[in-house]
Amino acid sequence: MKGGPEVVLRLAGISKRFGPLLANDDISLTLRAGEVLALLGENGAGKTTLMNILFGHYVADEGTIEAFGRPLPPGSPRAALEAGIGMVHQHFTLADNLSVLDNIAVGTESLWRWRSDRGAARRRLLDLSQRFGLEVRPDAPVGELSVGERQRAEILKALYRDARILILDEPTAVLTPQESAGLFETLRKLTADGLAVVFISHKMNEVFAASDTVAVLRAGKLVATHATASTDRAKLAELMVGRSVKPPAPAPLSPGEPVLELAGVTVASGHGRPLLDRVDLTVHRHQVVGIAGVSGNGQTALAELVSGLIRPDSGRLSLKGSVVEHGDPADMVRRGVARIPEDRHSAGLVGAMAVWENLIAERYHDSSFSRFGVLRRGAARAYAREVIEEFDVRCPGPDARTQLLSGGNMQKLILGRTLAHGPDLILASQPTRGLDIGAVSYVHSRLLDARAAGAGVLLISEDLDEILALADCVTVAYHGRLTPLLPHDRVSVSQLGLLMAGHWDVLRDILPETQLEHGDAA
Amino acid sequence: MRLEPRTDTPLALRLLAPVGAVVAALALCALLVAWTGAPVLRAYGLLFEGAVGSRFALTETLTRATPLILTGLAAAVAFRAKLWNIGAEGQLYMGALAAVVVGGGMLDLAAWALIPVVMIAGMAAGGVTLLGPAMLKVRFGVDEVVTTLLLNFVVLLLVSLLLEGALKDPMGMGWPQSAPVAEAAELPKLVARTRLHAGLAIALGLSVLLWLIDTRTIWGYENRAVGANPRAAAFAGMPVTRVMLRTALLSGGLAGLAGAAEVCGLKGYLTLDLSPGFGYSGIVVAMLAQLHPIGVVGAALFIAGIFVGADAMSRAMPVPNYIADVLVATSLLCMLVAGLLARYRLRRG
Repeated sequence: MKGGPEVVLRLAGISKRFGPLLANDDISLTLRAGEVLALLGENGAGKTTLMNILFGHYVADEGTIEAFGRPLPPGSPRAALEAGIGMVHQHFTLADNLSVLDNIAVGTESLWRWRSDRGAARRRLLDLSQRFGLEVRPDAPVGELSVGERQRAEILKALYRDARILILDEPTAVLTPQESAGLFETLRKLTADGLAVVFISHKMNEVFAASDTVAVLRAGKLVATHATASTDRAKLAELMVGRSVKPPAPAPLSPGEPVLELAGVTVASGHGRPLLDRVDLTVHRHQVVGIAGVSGNGQTALAELVSGLIRPDSGRLSLKGSVVEHGDPADMVRRGVARIPEDRHSAGLVGAMAVWENLIAERYHDSSFSRFGVLRRGAARAYAREVIEEFDVRCPGPDARTQLLSGGNMQKLILGRTLAHGPDLILASQPTRGLDIGAVSYVHSRLLDARAAGAGVLLISEDLDEILALADCVTVAYHGRLTPLLPHDRVSVSQLGLLMAGHWDVLRDILPETQLEHGDAA
Repeated sequence: MRLEPRTDTPLALRLLAPVGAVVAALALCALLVAWTGAPVLRAYGLLFEGAVGSRFALTETLTRATPLILTGLAAAVAFRAKLWNIGAEGQLYMGALAAVVVGGGMLDLAAWALIPVVMIAGMAAGGVTLLGPAMLKVRFGVDEVVTTLLLNFVVLLLVSLLLEGALKDPMGMGWPQSAPVAEAAELPKLVARTRLHAGLAIALGLSVLLWLIDTRTIWGYENRAVGANPRAAAFAGMPVTRVMLRTALLSGGLAGLAGAAEVCGLKGYLTLDLSPGFGYSGIVVAMLAQLHPIGVVGAALFIAGIFVGADAMSRAMPVPNYIADVLVATSLLCMLVAGLLARYRLRRG
């Protein structure tokens, strides 16, 4: 790519150290107008650190940044904004109670002006929205928007501030396949207009769908920069991980007796549509049932139900054939449910406590860990050492504070806490979200081992590749309803995408023999 | 130079933080002392001497520290569970009230039986006072900072009402004070011819006991988990509501015990000036101690020493003893800053 379009961004020799960790090691990158650069790497590879340096949240220990030929002063998000760099964070930074228009215009006007010129702001917003196919409702409060709409509002916010370089941090993590396709379409329009885009990802298929160039980071180093067209998945995966990775291969097993049965379960939300609406679901031993769906369609309620945090308002939940009347978390653990929570930081572990204290959190009443109300700390530590060893948790020891562990090791800790006791049912909510490829394959193999050992697995995931790789049957959650179970080999990614968006009429193509219930198809 | 968050705060730094905060507070207050025209070093010298410089000074400081240890423990226990009990002052008066009612002659028991009964009655009264706000918090999400703070005034008015009415000492020459507690309810003196009483032994014993409970028992384990992350504790199956209510009973109980011990150990009867803000000072004690039950003892001794020492100093110098309040308040502010700084490291470049 000699000559070519103008270089808009040049990072030269960026290094950043956090204590003993070298988060970025001498990274140099260039970005040209009209280019989409995918920054690919596992968690902890240094992608987000690099972009935070670029946007002025961190100051690099070494190295320089040039935007449009001028050096960018370090440590100033304002300077980055003024230089035309816009960032769309993974967690949106919009105020829920303000309208889209207000959110976008806020901060762009002087506080000393008598009145804001909303008419002009609206015209500008609608113009941008039309030009780039970013459809939003300017007057809708952000709190009422879908995730996709929020993301479009975020992008518009950056464009409204004249961003010419757009940074997107894991933009598709929350989108359906169709919404992702829409986003990629927008990116093409933006680059046609001369903008440059950096998007951060750890998903391979997006890189091929959307980028011109791909830069791979591993352990803080830039290991390769390739034109996307000249490379392939296997090669990128190897670059990312540093070794070749095998996809999980579940052995065919015939399902055993049912371990979890939901019959007509409804969970009210207190207002409007119920969180779960007359759900029927059965999970058998030796079986992985995958729940696909865009987040917010009842998966959280389903997970909380099986975790024992909430109870059905109507309908029945049975475990191993006996109805659970008043389930609570401790009861579910006693009944042999291993629960892997969606949010390991805030719901799974107490970060301020030691590893051993977290490992016994579900069964500290057992006589092996306490007697007459007094903790048997020696026994608990010895047990913790065993679990750490068996589940390969990388930590200084049982007394290490849990919040110092990496995400992957935290997840191994939770796996160790729940799977070490031969569970009958495993509830895995987003078990690999945010984990790197190595940890992901570890989690997958542990889940499949448990399946082989006779457990039923209820896998709730937003990652369709994960569901299709692991699950024997798939069901899609939409507006609190679940589709009938679909055998994994009879359904395609695009069909799942349509089901996730509420187009349940495709069920007729997948399961011609079933009768759709009235009112299911949207 | 930049500040960066630490991943872990070393123990030495955690011990150093309160020391640094106290030094900073003394330095800041030196400006005020100098303003009065008194020589700063001599003023602080007199303060130190007045706090620990003689047998009398030392026993006075220990006497003053006794209720501070108990209210400090009350605050530490509650704050650890993220139950923001600002009502220790009211709970203290409820405990004192229970002590004069139960210990005022309605039970004819020997001292070895009556003292525990009176102390337990004081604890129960304090605990129940905090149970209400705690239940409102877990049930309806009512902010306990508001309810516990406002209950202080309700309790003080109740005490005032009773001291002017039902509990008024007929032999009290018309002063608003209660009849004295029975002799058998009085706590024995620890040192003859001083005011130091057995309440100190109870307070010290409780701080060790609470530390053991905290680190060695299921109770303490649950308390710490619920305090640090209630969501994860609930997910793991811990009884979060029960832990909250239990903590409320304990915290209120400790403050109530402080009131009962002041009545039975020191004053002998209840007046409206039983506590010069021990309940509020307990918050400072707990913060200085970084909510550690053993640390509470040290912090309480420090604050008691400041108050006792400042009284002595103000008798010899033109520095008013209000300097003690300023010093304690400044220490708290400095401690908050020190606690924050201890979580960061300074880096060049």
